[in-house]
Amino acid sequence: MPGFGFSLGFTLFYLSAIVLVPLAALIIRPWELGWSGFWAEITQPRVLAALKLSFGASAIAAAVNSIFGLVVVWVLVRYRFPGKRIVDALVDLPFALPTAVAGIALSALYAPNGWLGAPLEQAGVKVAYTPYGVMVALIFIGLPFVVRTLQPVLSDLSRDAEEAAATLGATRMQTFRRVILPSLAPTLLTGTAMAFARAVGEYGSVIFIAGNLPMVSEITPLLIIIKLQEYDYAGAAAIGVVMLGVSFFFLFALNGLQAWIGSRR
Amino acid sequence: MRKTLILAAALLSTGAANAGNVTLLNVSYDPTRELYKDINGAFASDWKQKTGDTVTINMSHGGSGAQARAVIDGLDADVATLALAYDIDSIASKAKLLAPDWQKRLPQGSTPYTSTIVFLVRKGNPWKIKDWPDLIKPGVHVVTPNPKTSGGARWSYLAAWAYAEKAPGGNAAKAKAFVAELYKHVPVLDTGARGATTTFAQRGIGDVLLSWENEAHLALKEAGGDKFQIVYPSNSILAEPPVAVVDKNVDRHGTRKVAEAYLQFLYTKPAQEIEAKDFYRPRDASVLAAHSADFPKIALYTIDDVFGGWTKAQQVHFSDGGMFDQIYKPGQ
Amino acid sequence: MKPLIRPRSATDDHPLTKIVLSAVAVVFIALFLVMPLATVFSEALAKGWEAARDALIAPDALDAIRLTLIVAAIAVPLNMVFGLAASWCVAKFDFKGKNLLVTLIDIPFSVSPVVSGLVYVLIFGLQGWLGQDLRDHGIKIIFALPGIVLATMFVTFPFVARELIPLMTDQGRDEEEAAVSLGASGWSTFRRVTLPNVKWALLYGVLLCNARAMGEFGAVSVVSGHIRGLTDTMPLHVEVLYNDYQYVGAFAVASLLAMLALVTLGLKSLLEWRFAGEIAATHKH
Repeated sequence: MPGFGFSLGFTLFYLSAIVLVPLAALIIRPWELGWSGFWAEITQPRVLAALKLSFGASAIAAAVNSIFGLVVVWVLVRYRFPGKRIVDALVDLPFALPTAVAGIALSALYAPNGWLGAPLEQAGVKVAYTPYGVMVALIFIGLPFVVRTLQPVLSDLSRDAEEAAATLGATRMQTFRRVILPSLAPTLLTGTAMAFARAVGEYGSVIFIAGNLPMVSEITPLLIIIKLQEYDYAGAAAIGVVMLGVSFFFLFALNGLQAWIGSRR
Repeated sequence: MRKTLILAAALLSTGAANAGNVTLLNVSYDPTRELYKDINGAFASDWKQKTGDTVTINMSHGGSGAQARAVIDGLDADVATLALAYDIDSIASKAKLLAPDWQKRLPQGSTPYTSTIVFLVRKGNPWKIKDWPDLIKPGVHVVTPNPKTSGGARWSYLAAWAYAEKAPGGNAAKAKAFVAELYKHVPVLDTGARGATTTFAQRGIGDVLLSWENEAHLALKEAGGDKFQIVYPSNSILAEPPVAVVDKNVDRHGTRKVAEAYLQFLYTKPAQEIEAKDFYRPRDASVLAAHSADFPKIALYTIDDVFGGWTKAQQVHFSDGGMFDQIYKPGQ
Repeated sequence: MKPLIRPRSATDDHPLTKIVLSAVAVVFIALFLVMPLATVFSEALAKGWEAARDALIAPDALDAIRLTLIVAAIAVPLNMVFGLAASWCVAKFDFKGKNLLVTLIDIPFSVSPVVSGLVYVLIFGLQGWLGQDLRDHGIKIIFALPGIVLATMFVTFPFVARELIPLMTDQGRDEEEAAVSLGASGWSTFRRVTLPNVKWALLYGVLLCNARAMGEFGAVSVVSGHIRGLTDTMPLHVEVLYNDYQYVGAFAVASLLAMLALVTLGLKSLLEWRFAGEIAATHKH
């Protein structure tokens, strides 16, 4: 087979030029602070609070998406109802809609004078400009990851095992818990992890709705921007390196997970 | 490696624009969007009349600190028109793009117009906000941006501090307690002045907006005048947003002459008229007198009187671990 | 016995379950996806059709649209070529470090857009690695078109490759090997055999890549410099107008982007519908 040298060479060159060299520049930068300086930088209360919010809100959003994503997938694959094709197409909206557009739309929607914000405010729930706002934005951007990962697997899932379970007298719920869920679980986990990884770094859709209170609703990517504005390049890079490390970890874990799923199938 | 990279970059680059006409880039802070739109038109026709050349002025707006950082990182500003002197000082000290004594080059410390910090409240003033102490009444929510990133927010913080320190029986400790209490009433900390105004005016958050005087007037105008009203506290701070030519950039572009003329134009009568119309307090006494109805006289402290200048104020209050970091601990 | 509410078959859900789950799914989609979309259009038309149209034909808006198109026109084809090359070598050959390569290709996908912008500031910024040298040579990277293109390329880097790699891996290399053994050159094998096999997945990846390239905000915001009419892309222009009190204008430009998103979704659904079999394979990763 020809073309190996050329395609691999081009891939490596392009990968290095666009991704690896720039990331190397990022990774080198904070070490001018030394190890202790780096550690002090990323353990500041404000940085820790931002990391906690980013990871916490992303985890909650991913969990919400895993539950509702499963319901959406189930409905899309197993049921027939009018408008199903439209719902199916709409699931990808967060992939296609620019994050800044999502951000201003969500903040207009959930502000105290917005369509959803007003009734929620009356019920005593504040969403915009609170950590809940962050979660709403992250749920928005994460949903398609769960749905699109799970959908083909559920479509392919054979119903033989379900029928067998029903014949043996299992209720529908028991069948779901004991038969269906276990075979979906690895894929569900993959989709959820992807939604989580994407949510941790999300910026555009969150900043408009978060209110950006330090220690309360300030996400990590925004803190990087703020550090940059305070001329603290090393500090910004240090937080960037932490986020990058987490991304790496997740990618490896995900690829491992997928390899494992592949070997089981 | 570096040589190759630079060569590669050269291939990618569009290079500097070399059109026959003169182009200036004015890097400014958030609330001056409307002001410089008007000024630029007036200056372009003035310059055309005087020299026959066509000048185009490109604008970049953002938080004052963010804009200074962008210039330091290479945003090719011919002139910087920022919210406070410290930000232009940073361009001078960190990137050495202009001389440290830049402020002496134009009259009045290179500030062609001034402003101050006022309160914007909702129509009817339901919380009866009249002066600084009213801001920390239980239940009052105050909207102001983050002093770490916004110039206007730094002026607001210092105005509150100056009030408390200079009040009868006031001192630094009381000022610290007052400002700390004030920030406990802040539900949203936007990164820029314009974001804060949007939060207050469009999103209906908070009872009081600490705002630039010009920004408050603009919000009033935009909302149609029946939703908000402006409250002048008993005293506030004299905010002096400075302007400067960025030496190294204009010399590289060959635009020094027009850049300097642009900034001097800000001091002329027609420009001062425009500034007054956009609710910046003009330096020209006669223009100020003509617009006195728009600019109520209130006691204004200067940053030099109360804080010993910007470098010191920045160091004490806004540096990492400074006063603001000490007093602002939400969520605890 | 109430036959009406009994499941029709062993693997069918109770009708009540069906109704409840369907309702939950539809309400969830409506709340989280449809309402934000509807808000964009409703706010854009808050002051009538003319106001929205005027905002779109304002000079700054047209400049932003032009810049966005230029950026996408450079970034998307380059990433497409990369995606083809990367999937060719990953799918058709075995070599050491293949898994690492696949992981590295995925990095930009999970790196925060803000970090993607930051890296270019650290390299090309005046205080960065190459900044002063570049300035001495009169070269502008950040706060100009090249920086915006680079940041966009970084962010949209894996989109095409991610769609192609699993599909081409599934397809294996038998057909190509057959073509080569019959004397076809590498290039014509690629053009005549591989490309037709992956064209729909390629189109699909390019669509997503393009949507993201035109809509990227965080990364571009860091390297743009926000010079009106020069370095503001459409998403940045949305923010500018939003901060200018021009809400109608902001949402009008936003609605243009939203329409782009809807067109993307429409085309994508059409692709899935017409070529379901071929494309389903791309999802099996």
